Amino acid sequence: MNNPVLNVNNVSKDFGGIRALDEVDLVVGDKEIVALIGPNGAGKTTFFNCITGIYVPTSGDVLIDPEGTGSPLRVNGKKPNVVTELGMARTFQNIRLFPSMTALENVMIGTHCRTRSSVWGAVSRNRATRREEQAVIQKSYELLRLVGLEDLVNELASNIPYGKQRRLEIARALATDPFLLLLDEPAAGMNPHETKELEGLILEIRETFGISVMLIEHDMKMVMSVSDRIYVLDYGRMIADGTPREIAENPEVIKAYLGEEHDD
Amino acid sequence: MSNATNDTQEKSFLGLLLTAGCDSFPQALWRSLIAAVWFVFLTFPIMVIRVNTIEHTVVWHWQRMGYVAVGIFFGSFVWRWLLARKELKKDAASRESKAESLLTRIQNNPTSKYLLLALIALLAVAGPMKFSLFGSKLQLLNLYQTNIMISCLVYIVLGLGLNIVVGLAGLLDLGYVAFYGVGAYAYALCNMHWGVGFWAMLPVGAVLGALLGLLLGFPVLRLKGDYLAIVTLGFGEIIRLVLENWGDVTMGPSGISNIDRPALFGIKLGIIGSTHYMYYIMIGLLVLTIFCVNRLQNSRIGRAWLALREDEIACQAMGIDKVKTKLMAFALGATWAGMAGVVFAAKTTFINPASFTFWESAIILSIVVIGGMGSIRGVIAGAVILILVPEYLRDFAQFRMLLFGSIMVVVMVFRPQGLISAKRKLYTYQAKPAGAANE
Ligand SMILES: Nc1ncnc2c1ncn2[C@@H]1O[C@H](COP(=O)(O)OP(=O)(O)OP(=O)(O)O)[C@@H](O)[C@H]1O
Ligand SMILES: [Mg+2]
Repeated sequence: MNNPVLNVNNVSKDFGGIRALDEVDLVVGDKEIVALIGPNGAGKTTFFNCITGIYVPTSGDVLIDPEGTGSPLRVNGKKPNVVTELGMARTFQNIRLFPSMTALENVMIGTHCRTRSSVWGAVSRNRATRREEQAVIQKSYELLRLVGLEDLVNELASNIPYGKQRRLEIARALATDPFLLLLDEPAAGMNPHETKELEGLILEIRETFGISVMLIEHDMKMVMSVSDRIYVLDYGRMIADGTPREIAENPEVIKAYLGEEHDD
Repeated sequence: MSNATNDTQEKSFLGLLLTAGCDSFPQALWRSLIAAVWFVFLTFPIMVIRVNTIEHTVVWHWQRMGYVAVGIFFGSFVWRWLLARKELKKDAASRESKAESLLTRIQNNPTSKYLLLALIALLAVAGPMKFSLFGSKLQLLNLYQTNIMISCLVYIVLGLGLNIVVGLAGLLDLGYVAFYGVGAYAYALCNMHWGVGFWAMLPVGAVLGALLGLLLGFPVLRLKGDYLAIVTLGFGEIIRLVLENWGDVTMGPSGISNIDRPALFGIKLGIIGSTHYMYYIMIGLLVLTIFCVNRLQNSRIGRAWLALREDEIACQAMGIDKVKTKLMAFALGATWAGMAGVVFAAKTTFINPASFTFWESAIILSIVVIGGMGSIRGVIAGAVILILVPEYLRDFAQFRMLLFGSIMVVVMVFRPQGLISAKRKLYTYQAKPAGAANE
């Protein structure tokens, strides 16, 4: 693999007596699309929370190396906003938009850590602040257009249909200029047509921004077609990883996960 | 009977009025009767029994019992009708009141907007002035009214300051009056000991407020909702108790008197002159507050406050530093209270800890909540109603608080989002043709 931008070593997470993650290893390469799959309660969301600073892992290392310098930075234990500033941005399984702000403002929030204007700038509205604000508005609008929400720019997030809210979350995460975009079940609640569009969007994002994407997803059809590699988590343990073809033929995975899916 | 509540839309006005919210007319009748009896019972001590302390006799106003009963009996029909109407309207697309949409329309048209602003400015400036028009003497506000107006303006500034903390950042602060008190005492003490003037103390009050806001902010960073409310309430009480008990410095409960009024270019003004001067100072301070708060709320920092209020976890995950943002809200909110405190001390020329009780915090919070959280126009409307109405109801001295409470209940039932709810700014952007590069 080319130089990894994210390298997770032996990460474990305990909740009281429950071990939600058990010595998990995972690597994401530059411009790679990686899927993380597993049955309900396997610990996928917990994994995201551990690498984005919402939870502190009980043990192990989360290392990032966006520039490919070869001397990675350890990020576990850092606050979520610091992790985002370092370049890992995420969406949430249960959508967490800012409901009484407009779609555009939601995306503008994402640019917060890349802009600098202060209290004085806000009150005086000096040249630098005005220019920064204009750039933020324009960038946020472009992102909304990229995810196909250009008609809903000034609509309150709470008034936007469910499937489009997920796209808005993606735009908001992209506004933080990440090197790695983390999507937690982006296709949940979408119909097959919307899922197909989402697939296109994920590929387009990688092309346009040259970034890596990691997604948690239950829709196997989408996972198989969009990802370069797949990791399988079961009861907190990483039981397999490989290309979509390898995963589809892995007997352990079929037993743990795909077997259940093939019932219907 | 089963579908009696479903077809309220098709009912005639009278039918709806008589049976709103109930299955049938007899049930409505029965409910109103119960309400009437209950209210007679509740208001019995204050309405019916009158103690004449001079003659040591008790006067019974039995007829008032009848008024209450009849009033509540018919009033409850109207109340239920209003509630039912509100339910019906809830589904309707626009939740805006008529006044609100009128205001929006005026604001969206530049001509009418500036015309309205000019009119308000003219009225505000002309307020206390005496002038003759067509031979008749005219004065909008006499001295007494000017004084009331000044305190109303002080409350608007306080409301706008608290609005940053509660309305924008969503941090329930019940100890806001502490910053107000510290501003007032800072001016009173510096004036008493070193003769520091009003204009020198105004910025000092602001800085003191901000510093104290930071001081309160640090320990409560991890707290949310009810817990935050309790701790800030305690903070407010601590400051008041210090003012009350640290007699050597603060002169204790007896307070500080003979505080200097602001001087105009070194000239001391008489009582009328200085009242008018104070009025214009407050107008100026209010304009400054509105200007700053408005710019702040539509800035990068204002958006961060809103995000913090809406969803703390998402806000952090989007790269916003929670600690910095919260502290900034506490500090910038308290700034205005510090300045308002200086103005208050200069206006009354006498302060004591009794002016800075929890009751004041509660009033300021009510102004924000009733007016509309996060809405500047709302806070102004809230302050005007909650401060001016009780003043003009002085004639009904005993019922003032009752009416005050009723206003609160009615507003909260019918407009839980406040009188004038916050509007988000609509941004304009350049819709570039497809394929244009990302900047
Ligand atoms: N904050 C927490 N405290 C205690 N237990 C938790 C916590 N968060 C997650 N868990 C537990 O960790 C396990 C993994 O949960 P997680 O949400 O990561 O699963 P998941 O793979 O995302 O499942 P799903 O597909 O349903 O989203 C579950 O057993 C869950 O109950
Ligand atoms: Mg999950």
